[in-house]
Amino acid sequence: MKSKFAIFALLTFVLLSWGLYQALVGAPTEATMGQVQRIFYYHVPNAWVMELCFPLNFLASIIYLVNRKAAIDAFAVATAEVGVVFCTVVLLTGPIWARPVWGIWWTWDARLTSTLVLWLIYVGYLMLRKLSTGGPNPVLAASFAIFGCIDAVFVFMAIRWFRTQHPKPVFAGGADSGIDPRMMHAFLINLLAFTCYGALLVWIRYSLERTRQKVDEAHAMKSLLHQEARSSR
Amino acid sequence: MSVLSVLRITLAKDLRMEWRSKDAINSMLFFALLVVVIFSFSFDLTADESRQIAGGLIWVALLFAAVVALNQTWARELRNQVLDAYRVSPAPAESLFLAKTIGNFLFVAILELLMTPLFIVFYNLRSIGPVYQLILASVLGNWALVVNGTFFGAMSIRTRSREVLLPLILFPISIPALLAMVGATTSTLTGEGSAHLSLVFLAVYDVVFTLLGLFLFETVLQAE
Repeated sequence: MKSKFAIFALLTFVLLSWGLYQALVGAPTEATMGQVQRIFYYHVPNAWVMELCFPLNFLASIIYLVNRKAAIDAFAVATAEVGVVFCTVVLLTGPIWARPVWGIWWTWDARLTSTLVLWLIYVGYLMLRKLSTGGPNPVLAASFAIFGCIDAVFVFMAIRWFRTQHPKPVFAGGADSGIDPRMMHAFLINLLAFTCYGALLVWIRYSLERTRQKVDEAHAMKSLLHQEARSSR
Repeated sequence: MSVLSVLRITLAKDLRMEWRSKDAINSMLFFALLVVVIFSFSFDLTADESRQIAGGLIWVALLFAAVVALNQTWARELRNQVLDAYRVSPAPAESLFLAKTIGNFLFVAILELLMTPLFIVFYNLRSIGPVYQLILASVLGNWALVVNGTFFGAMSIRTRSREVLLPLILFPISIPALLAMVGATTSTLTGEGSAHLSLVFLAVYDVVFTLLGLFLFETVLQAE
């Protein structure tokens, strides 16, 4: 297990470094946006990892409610936390790009708004986990995750239907209008690198949570044995 | 006992308690009144402008005020371990959830009835679109708020900082419903655009989250 982790971590590190090199040096500078376009090699892979994490959290929550295995809950926490971190990066790198290109930091555009609401829902999820009495309450968290995920569908629809009157910034020569193969190359490397990075973080967080669960269990067992010893005396 | 009889008894008990104490209604009403007054001090509005933003103001005031009632729903069951008694009793959990939701729905409906004249006076409102749409929006929007609020109230009662947590988990989930409520109300008040889509959206939202709440409530009530 440990050697597998080390190999995977090393692979992720190599991929990330190569991806960084490709994004900064390998890919050509974009004609209209200039250097700032390079943030896309960072922004989009992060969004991709976030979009992987939240459905995984939803699945893990459903499975947890069915079989109540602590390991599944640990996986749900790991994906939710990593998802929120990557979502935060997306929300921070977006405006850095938008300011020079659109001329504004933020706009209530459909995609931006839905990402923000998604972030709010999952921060609420983490709050609920953090504030439960008597240690984390996985059942409450899992139920909330199911509410959150179904709500996300409503968020996407509501924002598309009811906020459309707002002006949408025009993509001038964005990634859609014919992309240089070297750009595509840099993008795909980074996509792979960040997927590995996200998986690595989930792995770390998962094993940390498992350790915490086992320590809690051992503590509970110990105090139970103490009680029993005292009552039998 | 059947689902309906438990529902009726629980609801009757809640309404009787509220009738005698008037805790929820009084605190909600005063809170909503304060929000309305503070809003109207914060913005200096003409009749046209207030028509544009009144839909948003009404729902924000109701959302904040509803949290006050929602927090009390389950808190009153903690005294004398009533909630634990529910947990061990064979009474169906769904009827408890429905009774609490209907109770809260009635409290917020009374609040809406009392607040509407105030809004009309303070913001010089006159609806340009058909009034039945406003009534429909207030019924559907009310249910959307209280069905999730009652469910999450049962969650937040199990946490360390109950009163604080409820809005933190309720508001993000309510954002799509809030958009639809405000959309329906504003388009009716201004007479621009159709409220139809928003109302259908709200109805679907209500049905989905009521079913989800009924489905998961037993799990949440029994969560250790």
